[in-house]
Amino acid sequence: MFKRINQTICAGGIAMLACVGVMATAAITPAMAAGGGGDIKDHEWTFDGPFGYFDKASLQRGFQVYREVCSSCHGLEYIAFRNFADLGYSEGEIKAIAAEYEVMDGPDEEGEMFTRNAIPADRVPSPYANQNAARASNGGAYPPDLSLIAKARPNGANYLYSLLVGYKDAPHSDEVPDGMYYNTAYSGNLIAMPQPLYGDDIELAGGGDTSIEALSEDVVTFLAWAAEPEMETRKRTGIAVMLFLFVMCFVSYGSMRYIWADIKKSKA
Amino acid sequence: MSSPEFKNPVVKWIDHRLPVFSFMHHELHEYPTPRNLSYLWNLGSLAGLALVTMIVTGIILAMHYTPHVDHAFESVERIMRDVNHGWLIRYIHMNGASFFFIVVYIHIFRGLYYGSYKAPRELLWILGVLILLLMMATAFMGYVLPWGQMSFWGATVITNLFSAIPWIGDSIVVWLWGGFSVDNPTLSRFFALHYLMPFLIVGVVILHIIALHRFGSNNPLGIDVSGKQDTIPFHPYYTSKDLFGAMVFLTIFASAIFFYPNFLGHPDNYIPANPLQTPAHIVPEWYFLPFYAILRAIPDKLGGVLMMFGAIAVLFVLPWLDRSPVRSGRFRPLFKMFFWVLLADCVLLGYLGGKPAEGIYVMLSRLATAYYFIHFLVILPLLSVVEKTRPLPQSISTPVTGGGMVSAPAAKRGKADV
Repeated sequence: MFKRINQTICAGGIAMLACVGVMATAAITPAMAAGGGGDIKDHEWTFDGPFGYFDKASLQRGFQVYREVCSSCHGLEYIAFRNFADLGYSEGEIKAIAAEYEVMDGPDEEGEMFTRNAIPADRVPSPYANQNAARASNGGAYPPDLSLIAKARPNGANYLYSLLVGYKDAPHSDEVPDGMYYNTAYSGNLIAMPQPLYGDDIELAGGGDTSIEALSEDVVTFLAWAAEPEMETRKRTGIAVMLFLFVMCFVSYGSMRYIWADIKKSKA
Repeated sequence: MSSPEFKNPVVKWIDHRLPVFSFMHHELHEYPTPRNLSYLWNLGSLAGLALVTMIVTGIILAMHYTPHVDHAFESVERIMRDVNHGWLIRYIHMNGASFFFIVVYIHIFRGLYYGSYKAPRELLWILGVLILLLMMATAFMGYVLPWGQMSFWGATVITNLFSAIPWIGDSIVVWLWGGFSVDNPTLSRFFALHYLMPFLIVGVVILHIIALHRFGSNNPLGIDVSGKQDTIPFHPYYTSKDLFGAMVFLTIFASAIFFYPNFLGHPDNYIPANPLQTPAHIVPEWYFLPFYAILRAIPDKLGGVLMMFGAIAVLFVLPWLDRSPVRSGRFRPLFKMFFWVLLADCVLLGYLGGKPAEGIYVMLSRLATAYYFIHFLVILPLLSVVEKTRPLPQSISTPVTGGGMVSAPAAKRGKADV
């Protein structure tokens, strides 16, 4: 009996240690990649955890912040207007939003390129024709596309939030070179992006808090959605799959015990 | 090897001409298996499950993926956003690689602890190491395909290792790349090879299983099966146990896929590859970190590359390094201790592989690398000679059934184990 337990502990030990090792190495890797200097605040998000969801009102406000502030420099190339159905917009509203943008199309029958109003199937147009044009307009710095930004930075949502509210006066004003700005969240503290939000920057369509914290939270929620539009479906499917697998674990365990009963009996 | 009597006339007709049903009956049904296998013997079937999962999801992904430097990253995002359940298929494949390695690493350490590499299972073990090598090549090339920053720079670092080969190194690297840097030809050939190699793995897995079925599974006692009383038929005993194991595995796997799909990945790989901008730290996927640590521990490039490949090569000759006639670590008090040191050493190497190569990490990497090789090349051969092993039980069924057959040494050992 004791030997049996010992054997189980030993077997479990190998498995556990291997798992712990894997998880430990995995956990430190992203932490290491974060680099030094960035002060990232932990913020509570509705989309955290297995039951996470996107607050549609917040998504719509966030989209407005993106449209009126971020989109002057940052693209959203993997998002099509039709995807805005996720934000709670109706088909008509999406058509109306798309129609406010112009996209290049063609060539037409004469072989000419032309511009037309966007339709829901179009992707959100980027502010610059290409990366060089973007750099030329921004003092050499490239404003990255935002479709994946929440997944492309360690601790994405918290990082973006901390960055947006992290613009402060530098401890010594002479440290900040021309065209750079002091930011507590950015690695190295010097960022080429001027402070985008100050609070009360825009008037929200549905009214609401326009403090820098509230606007930042909304736009980060929007960006988290843009990076993982499948998140709600994924997590909801996950809950169902987990319940199914829990049941299957019990069923298969029971069937194993039933089948092994005669062997176990001869052992005792 | 009595032929089973099939009742179904169609099965009977086919089996007479093509004995596939007899084959399955022998190898999956009556196949005699030691009765005392622990849950650690579930990992083999789990590795098979992981391989099949990877191949199925991989084929579906290949239907939607574009192996071109201008389109690869975007085609992956299209899979994530526009292909029906594309996010699910891709996350299964992405996390599947990690879970395949978790399962295989536990499987390997199981083999190390219980001496599963010893006679007459040397070729079984060698084929297993070959599978590991093929898996590593496949995983490396698969990681390049999304063409993110880590894909590109990982490919650059690893392919550059071959330039360490004297005289012809640089030519080999150009030949591997199909150009003068990692570029479109590299991506296309990596895609072709990434699709090919899993089927090579399937081939070696079949050989691995043939070799396994020659003498059957090793077992926690590490002693040979002495008769019918020591074995039970594979079906339904181990099929039911493997099914339960598969369900537990799938539960853990699913929790990663659905709730933390990017936990084991690197955020930089969601940034499109940019040959003009090197990431702050280039790190491989977690399952390569121990080898990466060994590579960087050696100050000389060629030396580092040789040591890294040597870390695998030493596994090929392991059956001839450990000459102790006792298989199971359970009866080898010194070996058991060193086994845990080795496991801790590998975990430490994995940790160090993820750290920048500076300060204390360099020294620790060198010590951990040294121990890894000392373990296999010095300690194991030495233990084979000097270790005083505990007495072995007479048969598998003796300690299992625990009847009046327990010998005095075995009883003593039982107490010592507590």
